[in-house]
Amino acid sequence: MHKIFIRSLVSSLVFLFTLTVSAVAKDVKAAFVYIGPTGDHGWTYQHDVGRKAVEAAGFKTTYVEGVPESADAERVLRQLANSGHDVIFTTSFGYMNPTNKVAKEFPNVKFEHATGYKREHPNVSTYAARFYEGRTILGTIAGSMTKSNVIGYVASFPIPEVIRGINSFTLAAQKVNPNIKTKIVWAFTWYDPGKEAEAAKALIDQGADIIAQHTDSTAIVQIAEKAGIFAFGQASDMDKFAPKAVLTSVENNWGPYYVDRVKAVANGTWNQKDTWHGIGDGMVVISDLDSAIPADVRAKVNQLEKDLASGKVHSFTGPIYDQKGNLMVAEGKTADDGMLAGMMTYVKGVEGDIPK
Amino acid sequence: MTVDINFIGLIIASIMASSVPLILASCGELITERSGVLNLGVEGMMIIGAISGFALMTVTGNLFLAVIGAMLAGVLISTIFAFLTQTLITNHVATGLALTIFGIGISAMIGKNFVGIPGKEFPVLFGGLKDSIPFLSPILFGHSVVFYFAFALPFITNYFLKKTKIGLIVRAVGDSPDSASNQGINVRLVRYLCILYGGAMCGLAGAYLSMIYTPQWIENMTGGRGWIALALVVFSTWNPIKILIGAMIFGGLTIIQFHMQAIGVRIPVQFLTALPYIVTIIVLVVISRDSRKIRLSTPSSLGKSFYKDN
Repeated sequence: MHKIFIRSLVSSLVFLFTLTVSAVAKDVKAAFVYIGPTGDHGWTYQHDVGRKAVEAAGFKTTYVEGVPESADAERVLRQLANSGHDVIFTTSFGYMNPTNKVAKEFPNVKFEHATGYKREHPNVSTYAARFYEGRTILGTIAGSMTKSNVIGYVASFPIPEVIRGINSFTLAAQKVNPNIKTKIVWAFTWYDPGKEAEAAKALIDQGADIIAQHTDSTAIVQIAEKAGIFAFGQASDMDKFAPKAVLTSVENNWGPYYVDRVKAVANGTWNQKDTWHGIGDGMVVISDLDSAIPADVRAKVNQLEKDLASGKVHSFTGPIYDQKGNLMVAEGKTADDGMLAGMMTYVKGVEGDIPK
Repeated sequence: MTVDINFIGLIIASIMASSVPLILASCGELITERSGVLNLGVEGMMIIGAISGFALMTVTGNLFLAVIGAMLAGVLISTIFAFLTQTLITNHVATGLALTIFGIGISAMIGKNFVGIPGKEFPVLFGGLKDSIPFLSPILFGHSVVFYFAFALPFITNYFLKKTKIGLIVRAVGDSPDSASNQGINVRLVRYLCILYGGAMCGLAGAYLSMIYTPQWIENMTGGRGWIALALVVFSTWNPIKILIGAMIFGGLTIIQFHMQAIGVRIPVQFLTALPYIVTIIVLVVISRDSRKIRLSTPSSLGKSFYKDN
């Protein structure tokens, strides 16, 4: 309760502040709505890096951080639309309904909603990144480099985005090493360094010698560094937090898309669309590969990155079976975007059940 | 899973490391509350300690200075609380909540420049003895000085409250400020000092998180541990030894539930996640169910302002 109260209080203060900042208007102005603080060094932080790219391209931007996915979001959106912003980026799944609702009231303002699928009005676009392509690369490295054949995976919440990541990681790892086991621990948080560290420690004590994460803080790679094992960075390049442990990171790179869309608004060429970009379009970036990765694995990974980018290889190529052995994707076929967007079953080889 | 004695030692060591911030903050708050002051600003003081410690470590590079600085920052912010509640006689609950909100906000503001910077390695004591004794070694050796201090603190606190004259004064002030005042004790001064001490311990707890446990700064990194520390004080019925037990159970279940998930125990994860909260409260309520003892250890004037002019 307290947290929600504090959050909303802080966000309304920040909000008042941003309003005063944005009072002087000229040219195209873009606004960004964030679920977390820009200081999370994860999801919101990366969106804010994208916002700064828009700023560097010569546009005015404002942002509101820590906006709850509730009626508060609607209020914030309405205020931003009222105060002369031409395009508003809403950067969390839970803003889906508020975005569409407010978009109806402001047909002249463009709305860009991240990770959602509802485009109920012509002024709403959606965009997301194919992070699972990055996880295919991580899985390939993990499968090639594990000695204990146990790979730990710290997950956040059981939503399709996370399940898809676990599946694509496991499929890739099994492809290079059929004996591996992916042990999953649900932390039920996006970022709480203490809790993430405890989850990672538990996995290491259970014999994992490589740890992947779908939570945002750098605590996990630091624990891996201390334990002398390997890990992968999430959202941003985490190499400097654990130079020995981090083999590579999957970076979220929103900047080019944001600049592109704001420019389109400025030129009057903005149109509604649904964007789902991956490695090929540069929205998902693989950080430099660590020197600990052997040359043959490195070569394989570089090739895989190229093939994923060109579309020659798809992360979900059949035959893929679920845990019970039912066929999910037939041989020679690839999973379509509809299936990927709603993926809520584990593939064969993942241990445990998805929390309901 | 093979039950290996060293493995259990490692888990116990993890549990102890995770309960350090709870023990520090709870023991600090316990002294504050024993003097009759309810400070709900624990979370705020912890987060201020966390950012101060991390910032000083990054800027000066001196770990000792950073730890002391974090404690002083805790003292400084609790001075605001002390001034408001003791000198201006404001409501404890409202002021404490404001302190938490203030702490979270200001730490985020200071912290803007420290996001994404890796922390420094904190030195450990007896690191060389880590493999000397099976089972016991990981528990006893190779921890930071703050870790050892945290596990001594409940016993020191217990001794202080029960066996020393100053401890008696603190309890007297908390139980009956009027009689204490009539005995010539400066109630306001005692309460001031107890609040500042609580601030120092919360600052240290925060510094442990940002400098030793997970050396980094991100906003809200205390993640509600301050509220848990507050709850521990109440459910332990103001007994430092029970705080130690409660913190260990809480830390233990948090870690064991991750192990159960990793092993693949088929219990709903949501239930496992809630387990630490439920069990800690149940255990502390059960071990503290003697109502006579609760009456004895509850500071009678907790949260009540003391008006008398000296």
